[in-house]
Parts: sequence; structure tokens; C-alpha cells
Amino acid sequence: MFDLLIAPFTEFAFMRRALAGCLALALGATPVGVFLLLRRMSLMGDAMSHAILPGAALGYLAFGLSLGAMTIGGIVAGLVVVFAAGLVTRASVLKEDASLAAFYLLSLAAGVMIVSLRGQNLDLLHVLFGSVLGLDDASLLLIAGIASVTLVCLALLFRPLVMECFDPAFLRGVSRWSPVAHYGFLMLVVVNLVSGFHALGTLMAVGIMILPSAAARLWAKGLPALLLLAVLFAFGSGASGLLLSFHVDVPAGPAIVLVCGVVYFVSLLAAPGGLLAGRLPVRHHLES
Amino acid sequence: MNRLALPMIRLDNLTLGYDRHPAVHHLSAEIPAGALVAVVGPNGAGKSTLLKGLAGELRPIGGRILLPELPAGGLAYMPQRGEIDHSFPVSVFDVVAMGLWHEIGAFGGLSREQRGRVRAALAAVGMAGFESRPIGSLSGGQLQRARFARLMLQDAPLILLDEPFAAIDSRTVDDLVELILGWHDEGRTILTVVHDLEQVRRHFPTALLLSREPVAFGPTAEVLTPERLARARRLSEAFDEHAHECHIEELTVAVAPDVGAHPHAHDDGHAHAEGHGHAPARPATHAHLAPRPRRGLPRH
Repeated sequence: MFDLLIAPFTEFAFMRRALAGCLALALGATPVGVFLLLRRMSLMGDAMSHAILPGAALGYLAFGLSLGAMTIGGIVAGLVVVFAAGLVTRASVLKEDASLAAFYLLSLAAGVMIVSLRGQNLDLLHVLFGSVLGLDDASLLLIAGIASVTLVCLALLFRPLVMECFDPAFLRGVSRWSPVAHYGFLMLVVVNLVSGFHALGTLMAVGIMILPSAAARLWAKGLPALLLLAVLFAFGSGASGLLLSFHVDVPAGPAIVLVCGVVYFVSLLAAPGGLLAGRLPVRHHLES
Repeated sequence: MNRLALPMIRLDNLTLGYDRHPAVHHLSAEIPAGALVAVVGPNGAGKSTLLKGLAGELRPIGGRILLPELPAGGLAYMPQRGEIDHSFPVSVFDVVAMGLWHEIGAFGGLSREQRGRVRAALAAVGMAGFESRPIGSLSGGQLQRARFARLMLQDAPLILLDEPFAAIDSRTVDDLVELILGWHDEGRTILTVVHDLEQVRRHFPTALLLSREPVAFGPTAEVLTPERLARARRLSEAFDEHAHECHIEELTVAVAPDVGAHPHAHDDGHAHAEGHGHAPARPATHAHLAPRPRRGLPRH
């Protein structure tokens, strides 16, 4: 048992780094994913993850596989798409999903084209699927730093953000926090996607945000429980995915996301908010 | 008339609308502090639009809204359908406590005394014991009661309610009306969109009858006359998708250069719309209300 679950982490430094990276992602990116889910923007997270690609690719084109260049490029591209989509939403008849879809599709196409200008397919795979087993010190520090900043920002934004999700009209009526909460949150989404993209790649980063959140939503009634459970699910899936990858020799990123998927499906079957709960016959209903 | 007391709301030739189509057209009125006004009129008469404009959610396309006496954050607005996400995992207590935003802001904690006030507000709307229930488990009437409790905690001198009684059973409506009358007794200024004219006659001392054009404003009995209600209906039916530009202006406003082509343009520089084809019934519109005595209803 020890050999199966613990030894890989004690014996291999790259596994320890990967585990630390997963912990940071679970603490930073997953709470952001919970709010994406609650704001009904789960698919928007996916769109955003594509939007950061050309920035990262431009950074890659200019400086090779440089952490700083790809990070800054990704964040800039993500923010440009977020604010351009926001501007279009406010100033035209297009709703947010349509304007965002337009920008991220263009962004993705540009990104793939830029990557193909120079790199081999291997590089493209790295960008799309990340390299959680190859995290160096700098990447790890970046992921941990982004997770820390995210937690602090979420703590500061918590009340306005909850109100912005629950009743935006009311928040607009009593304060000027509504745009701060909205755009502040979108910025958190972007930086966490970039953080996730170093470990899991652009396509998988959304997985560790949304899947644990969706699974936790099926179990939890209150927001604190929901956040806590989602983080636990994410970290548990991260550790299990790494072990799976280690023992069966499959790529770590997809393994982590697939374990998240298993947690989601089990929750879907077993949780009180899932598929079965409402369909079982009720033996004794309550008095009132 | 007491010139010293400024009105709570002064509407100065106000026009509000969407896509240049006016929904509230050339409305001038002064609403004194402490008034309880029912805003009535057929569907599409601009009632909700007027409240939106007052709440600052819609910029006037003509004229002005002046709120001279209103302190910052002194306006509480309850839109008809709100944008509440019923599936969001928050408790009734948390939702009602949002009404304390002006005291606690984004970062402040709730003191024991404030928690007590949240519970008291819930009790006042008949929902004691519901504190920890998720908001999604409430019925329509209970949710409306919770929104009233939140509004109560906002403690605003000016309250705007957009159809607070829509799709609510009669017992809940009676309770909510009692709450509104209680706020009126406390001296708050309240504008409420109401559809039930019987209710307006029974409880609301003042009425504003709109039908895009202001039809009448004043004591309820004088506003809700059969002739004026019929006029409001007629006006609301006459909607023209391809309406011509309206060039009724205050005299002080510069006249647009392309006036000539307009069928109802005026070259006489008239002072205002008196006698004009679609001029509203002006005398009542400009009525200045004397501050009315406080109600003497027995409280339960």
C-alpha cells in the first residue's frame, strides 16, 4: 500500500513538485471554478482557456519555451479578450456569450497558426496538454504565487462577488462594486487559467476548475461547504491522477482530469443533488 | 405653500425611453417628502420606466430628475422581476442581511446587534424561523417577503417598488401593504407601481396616472376618475412604431434645425404643450401636494 500510494512521492522529486503544483491549483483555480459554475459561466472558462493561447504562442515564438514570456503573453491575451468582449457586450446588441465566442475563436485560430509557424508538434502538445511532471522551480513558484494572490483576492471580493452572482441588480443599486466584482473575477479566471496551463495545458486547465466544482455542487447546500469540498475533490483527483500516471505510465494531465471526471460521475449517481436521489421512492415523507 | 421644504423628487419635463421612443413623455411633477404615491396606468404606460429612471438605471433622453433632499445611498429600488438567481446556495438570513450593505460595506462583519435586526426584519415580514433555509426553497410569496425584509434593512428615505404585488396571494399582499403603510408612517417617501385600482383607492393617498403621457397626478380620488382612466387607455392604444420626431421643448431649449419638415412642429415658440394635440392634462400634473397628516391606522 505504501509502495502504491506514498513511495512515488517520497522517492521522486518530480512527483513531489507535481503534487505541490496540484495542491496550488486546487487551492487557487478550483474556488474560481466554483464561482464560474455558480455564475453559469462554466463554458466561458473553456472559451477563455482558448483565448490565452495566441498570447502564450507569441511569447513562445519570440522567446522559445520561456516561462515569463508565455505567462505574460497568455495573461495579456486573456485580458484583451475579456475586456474586448465586455465592451462589445455593453455597447452592442450581442450578449456576452456571443461576443466572447467570436473573440475566443479568432484567438484560438491565431494561436494555432502562430505555434505552427515555428514549433514542432511536440511543442504544440506541450502548450495544449501541459507538463505537470516537468515543473521546474520557477513554474512551481509561479503557480503557487498565483494561487496565493487568488485566495487573497477572493477573500477581498467575496461579498461583492456573491451578491453579483446572486442578485446583480441589487448590488448595482446599493454600490459601485458590480463592475469591480465582475471584471476582478474575470481577471482571476485569466490568471488561473494561465497558471493551470503551465501544469495541465490550455485544454485541461478548465477541467480542474469545473469538474470538482460541479461534483461538489451535487453534494453541498451552502457556499462554504461547496468551496471546501471542491478544493478537496480537486486535490484528491490531482494526487490520484499523478499516481495513476506514475504506475500505468499514461500522461499526467489527462489522467488528473479523467480522475476528476470519475469523481463527477460518482457524485452524479450518489449525491443528493444527483440523478438518482430524486427518483428513488420515498418511504416516509415528513410531517411538514 | 411652504417654500422652504424642498420636494423629495422633482421631475422637470422628464422624458425617458428606449431607442428614442419615449416611454415616459414630458412628465413634470413635484413629489413632496413623505408622500405615498401609487403609480398606475395600463401596461406599457411607462411606470416601470419611470422607476428605473428615478433609480438611476436609465438616463433621461430629455428633461431632468432632481432629488434635492436625498442623501447618498438613500434610495431603495425593488425591480419587478429582479435578477435573483434562485439556485444560488445562500440562506435567507444572508440574503436579508444584504440590506445592511450601507452599514457594513464589502468588508465589515455583522455585529450581534445587526444580526438581531436581520432576525427582527424577518419576523416583521412573518418569516421568523426561516433564517437558515436556502433561498431556492422559498415560494414566490415568501421570496417577496424576504425581499421586503431586505428593503426594510436598507432603511432608505426614498423607496421605489415596481409591482410588488404581482403574482402574490391576497394574504401576502395584505401583509405587504401593511408594511408599506408602516414605512409611510415613518415618514419615508414611497412610489409603488400598483395594478389593483381598488387597492390604490383604499390605501394610497396620492396617485400618478401614466399612459406614456402623464394623465393626472394628485389626490387619488381626483386622479382615478372614469374619464381619466378612459383617457389613459386611449393614449396607451395609440402607439406608432414609425412615430415622427417630437419637438415639444421647453422654451429655453434650443430648437433643432430640422424642425420645418415636421407635421406638428410649431413656429410660434409656444411656452409649452398647452392645447397641443397630445398634450397631457396639465393642471393635475403640476399639482403640489400639501404634506399630508400621518395616518392614524391602528397597528397590529
